Amino acid sequence: MSPLVAVEPEGLRCERGGFYIDPAGSVDVAVITHAHADHARIGSKRYVCSARSLEVLRARLGPDAVIEPREYEERFALGETTVSLHPAGHVLGSAQVRIEHDRAGVCVVSGDYKRDPDPTCDGFATVECDTFVTEATFALPVYRWRDPEAIVSELFDWWRSERAHPTLVFCYAFGKAQRILAHLASRTDEPVYIHGAMDKLTDAYRRSGVRLANTKTIPESSSPKDFAGSLVLCPPSAHRSPWMKRFKAPQTAFVSGWMAVRGQKTRRGYERGFVLSDHADWPSLVRTVEETKARTVLVTHGSSDALARYLREARSIDARPLGHLYEGDEGEG
Amino acid sequence: MKVFCALYRGLDDASGNNEKIALMREYFRSAPAHDAAWALYLLLDKKKSALSSGALRQRLIELTSMPEWLFEECRSHVGDTAETVALLLHMLPAAEADESLTSLSLHEWMEREIPSCPRDDAAAQREALGRFWRALDARDALVLNKVLTGAFRVGVSVGLVQRALAEALEVEGTRIQHALTGEWAPSAGLFDALRDARASLDVSKPYPFMLAHPLEADFAFEPGQWQVEYKWDGIRGQVVKRDGQVFLWSRGEELVSEAFPDLCEPLAKLPDGTVIDGEILAWDEEGKRPAPFAVLQTRLQRKKLTAAHLREAPAHVIAYDLIEWGGVDWRERPLTERVAQLEAIVREQALSALTVSERFEPKDREALEALRESARERGAEGVMLKDRASTYQPGRKRGLWWKHKREPMTVDAVLVFAQAGSGRRANLFTDYTFALWRGGELVTFAKAYSGLSDEELVELDKWIRKNTREKHGPVRVVEPAHVFELAFEGIAKSARHKSGLAVRFPRILRWRRDKPASEADTVERAEALLNL
Ligand SMILES: [Zn+2]
Repeated sequence: MSPLVAVEPEGLRCERGGFYIDPAGSVDVAVITHAHADHARIGSKRYVCSARSLEVLRARLGPDAVIEPREYEERFALGETTVSLHPAGHVLGSAQVRIEHDRAGVCVVSGDYKRDPDPTCDGFATVECDTFVTEATFALPVYRWRDPEAIVSELFDWWRSERAHPTLVFCYAFGKAQRILAHLASRTDEPVYIHGAMDKLTDAYRRSGVRLANTKTIPESSSPKDFAGSLVLCPPSAHRSPWMKRFKAPQTAFVSGWMAVRGQKTRRGYERGFVLSDHADWPSLVRTVEETKARTVLVTHGSSDALARYLREARSIDARPLGHLYEGDEGEG
Repeated sequence: MKVFCALYRGLDDASGNNEKIALMREYFRSAPAHDAAWALYLLLDKKKSALSSGALRQRLIELTSMPEWLFEECRSHVGDTAETVALLLHMLPAAEADESLTSLSLHEWMEREIPSCPRDDAAAQREALGRFWRALDARDALVLNKVLTGAFRVGVSVGLVQRALAEALEVEGTRIQHALTGEWAPSAGLFDALRDARASLDVSKPYPFMLAHPLEADFAFEPGQWQVEYKWDGIRGQVVKRDGQVFLWSRGEELVSEAFPDLCEPLAKLPDGTVIDGEILAWDEEGKRPAPFAVLQTRLQRKKLTAAHLREAPAHVIAYDLIEWGGVDWRERPLTERVAQLEAIVREQALSALTVSERFEPKDREALEALRESARERGAEGVMLKDRASTYQPGRKRGLWWKHKREPMTVDAVLVFAQAGSGRRANLFTDYTFALWRGGELVTFAKAYSGLSDEELVELDKWIRKNTREKHGPVRVVEPAHVFELAFEGIAKSARHKSGLAVRFPRILRWRRDKPASEADTVERAEALLNL
């Protein structure tokens, strides 16, 4: 029996179900795990996503896209298969895709996921399966996350220690920014400035019922004194850009799992790094793979070779790299 | 220990020198004197390693039973062994943490715990490191690992540390500099001694060296203003004669007297209270000129000096300057006065092992350049220009002293191997090995790490990944396609590389995109430089 999913030029394809998962190209039916730019691309005829994902995916794909929302755990038919979506804990609405077929068994495609608590999205649900397709963005044992609350507290204190100049916090515009805002909601009433690129998605989170700190979008024209002592969230692409010139002597930080390694922080030129990731760390990856009880594990993204080899040699699991599915945005992490 | 680790992280994150100075000043003010002395010792990079990074790696692999290849994957991703080990400590099997370690002070760690970890007993090392690592969180363990391996670099210069200390103790900076030059012990009484302005100095103490900037492009030469002399290619050092003893110090503030009995003996003729700044060289007695640097280097590498070594490569000092005379600090006097006195001393004492560096008076810029070009045949690195009125100041003071090195030697060589860098360059292939042609074969010639722009580094990294022919551990063998112009300061015969040659201070001058590999230079062409 051939496997339920295979890598093709357009992306990960389930032939028996007649759909693709997070396709790179234009297809008839696209099942979307989550609305990050490298997973949700315009151009397909019909999209299936989790109901919690609808607002953010709509913001990404535009008003004309045909989107079919499904509740988590709702079972629906696609081709010869029965499909259901399950929380992945990555960002608002993120889902694992469970595919069931009479003869080919059960396959779960994780998409991006994490196991740490996150106030902006439903927590990861373990789904047992025969074949598990896992991400491996941070699949080296040097990556192990600390308690997110502790990290946000450090970030908060660091901001509060600087009242004369702005504090610029660089983070991915979808997911990480809102996660920080959600953690800050209980800590401050002071409005947090956000970069224009975060505007639409932050609204979409609020419409989905997620409680966030007060925000103010940075106006086109502003004077440096407006930002003294303020916290500003902005995407990594704005770092060292002309846009940054409006801030006088800011302190800067990058919030990302990559910041666990000192060389990364220095190389990217940030003063501070806060290690907060929306991806699973090494212990979570290994634990999750074991909890799914999958007999075959396919590994994609990042350090897939290392994770697959470790699972094979140290855990006796039939694991192999699935090749590069997505052109990952390094800003995400 | 915890407070010191927090200082380390603060310095690591600090963006400017003022912030770094403020952090250190606060630490020196508030920390107990004994801990502060140790912190100073570590910040000034005085601590020698207690363990190799290889031992650290091996003990971690044993304690966690993780596969070796996985450790290597991690290390090449992180770029630093001490940091990789710290990040992997969560893999240790659970065991009771030794509570007595968690609240130990820095000096207790440095004087009791770390010395208890033996250099050459793997089992005892495993036991000690297991205890240390379980007592600290990953972030503090990083600092401990850096201290253990003696690679405690956190981006603060000696000058910054000294400034912070001078501010914390409210004493003059020059005093601190002088007192901290050379060897000293991190004791509880150190700070009191530094505070006490009348405390007598250790008789062996040298002065902080005065250094020169490279000549700037828009430099205008005024003949009357400058003292011009050769820049000799040896070990910059100070001869200290006090209390009937001679001490030889290198610029790295290492006491090197023992390596030069043939200097210490004749220089004992100098009167007490004399400090001379000069260059220690191997001497070609027949030619009355310096022997190549390689000769001095071979002599330094000998564990024991025999009479034959001393005969083959006798040492000599070419003196540049007089810093102390009659027990009085002469640094505030003008250069002309210091040098005149230096000449008088050497004349009176009739010293065989020391001569005063010859001074020149080029009448214009052209004559200066001619003198600089003559440096190579004289066995010198270039020329020095010193303002005649300059006082002797620690460090590099712009505009007082300039160095004007001769043009470097260059060859065009082919990139053949690449290896990932460390620190900022981890994950990028930035350590290169270059080769030259011999017959139809490329033979390795030199390694070089610096000289390319960040853009070029990234571009070359991509190319290396796509054009790897073989992998040997961390080393990639690449297609011999790209030619680089390499510059270096000296060349000598050596078995280190296949070409049979070794060069000093090799660096990449530029990427010769215009040249195919077949047009790179030959070993014969490089050998021709040997005789220059
Ligand atoms: Zn994602």
